[in-house]
Amino acid sequence: MPSATRELTGAALPGLPEIVITAETGVGAALGQAMSDLTESWRLRRLVWTLALFDIRLRYRGSLLGPFWLTLSTAVMIGAIGLLYARLFHQNISAYLPFLTISLMLWTFISTIATEGATCLTQADHMIRSMRMPHSLHAARVVARNLLVLAHNLVVILVVFALYRVAPGPAAWSVAPAFLLWLADGFMLSLMLGVVGARFRDIPPIVTSVMQIAFYVTPIMWNPSMLAGGEMGILRLNPFDALIEIMRGPLLGQGLNGHAWAMALFYSALLAAGSFYVFARTRRRIPYWV
Amino acid sequence: MARLTISDVSITFPLYHAESRSLKKTVFAAASGRLGQDSRHRLVVEALRGVSFSLKSGDRLGLIGPNGAGKTTLLRAMAGIYEPTGGRIAIEGALTALLDPGQGMNPDLTGNENIRLRGLFGGASAAEIRRLQEDVAEFSGLGQFLDLPVRTYSSGMVVRLGFALATAVRPQILLMDEWLLAGDANFLGRARERLETVVRGAEILVLSSHNAEIMMQWCNRLVWLEGGMVKADGPPDEVLEAYLPPDQFAQVSAITPIEV
Repeated sequence: MPSATRELTGAALPGLPEIVITAETGVGAALGQAMSDLTESWRLRRLVWTLALFDIRLRYRGSLLGPFWLTLSTAVMIGAIGLLYARLFHQNISAYLPFLTISLMLWTFISTIATEGATCLTQADHMIRSMRMPHSLHAARVVARNLLVLAHNLVVILVVFALYRVAPGPAAWSVAPAFLLWLADGFMLSLMLGVVGARFRDIPPIVTSVMQIAFYVTPIMWNPSMLAGGEMGILRLNPFDALIEIMRGPLLGQGLNGHAWAMALFYSALLAAGSFYVFARTRRRIPYWV
Repeated sequence: MARLTISDVSITFPLYHAESRSLKKTVFAAASGRLGQDSRHRLVVEALRGVSFSLKSGDRLGLIGPNGAGKTTLLRAMAGIYEPTGGRIAIEGALTALLDPGQGMNPDLTGNENIRLRGLFGGASAAEIRRLQEDVAEFSGLGQFLDLPVRTYSSGMVVRLGFALATAVRPQILLMDEWLLAGDANFLGRARERLETVVRGAEILVLSSHNAEIMMQWCNRLVWLEGGMVKADGPPDEVLEAYLPPDQFAQVSAITPIEV
């Protein structure tokens, strides 16, 4: 039987409901459409996950260790920086290394999301122009991809914790809601920067340099206790500091930090509102921009 | 029952120059008070102007017109990719758009991986994706190549993969650009058979092409676009008679439509 006449596997893809697209520009309509874009991305979460998996696989295709290069390079970097800076800052290595490991990993996660997020739509131009799909899917892909990277680095955290016998404190449970907040923030950050980066092509390099500055003013390599008098002053307003603190504190055995949580929630609400507004306003123009 | 309604659709493209879309320009323009003037005088292209028609089950529409008439823009708007700046588009029924051979495929991934992504996009289960991969492998005849990155394919092979993938599902509304007609003769024969099967299954077909012969064969209605507006809308022979020079029309008018 020739293939052309055999039964096509047509039932594989379900039919779509009626779609009505209007040029209506009211705020209510725009917010509603942006919301359904987000729920549509959630419905396609298996696709998002597979895209992220393929991204990682592509990056290391043909290499000997594959994605475990991520683990290895993180371990080497943390070992080298940890040993050197513990001496430079006159720190006790058994306290400094766990601090550095957690801080650096969280920082890599969020700063890579920011820099990759700024190009998440422009790099998906092919997909965007060939079929109708939710635009927020591309932002979710960036978060999923970096979640996979973080998972590979988890081994390093476990080894460092075992080596220096770090025991998470009684507030360790709060790491779970804190991480959910991180995922939401990562998605919103990527979505907002993606849209702005599609419209203004000099946003991606700006994001890169802003993140570089933020790296030095955020307690990642250095601990606030190293400052004269331990006073952070205006640096306390740094949103990255609050976000990192709600993850790092409980893991290093400290209690719940109410101040850091309040700030983290405040900045996250601000980011979510800003990001959703920008996305709702520009969503329909995205295919014309990329 | 599929239905596709286009009412008074207009699309304007903003023309951003390489520099004018940069933040620097915008900030400097704002600082020197020229932003307002800029946005009023912004260069736009009116790709579509007040296009209206409605299609119901059984309609096989051909879009003709010179280069730049807005055919591809209209196809993209009907696929829901470009949201119109004016008017309304209503799509009822499962829609597949075959706009370019690449079909949004990632050239660095293998053929099979791209098929898997497409299946996931349609919400297919693991078993359905395997069936899809088998179906595409059989029809495209790409065999072992499906395990190699799409980047290594010849352009003909990409067309075969894109075609096999897109026609492996049975849409109610099918939108096609003329790239489908590239490919070697052997494949073209099989493609035509399969396309006929799909078109028979599809309730609505929209085909964009320069080729009057193909229009006579496949379509029972033609829309002639020019300068982003509908210049004529009617049965193929009537529209082609106005569109083509008389000697060329005499040639194609002898062609009989494909029975579907």
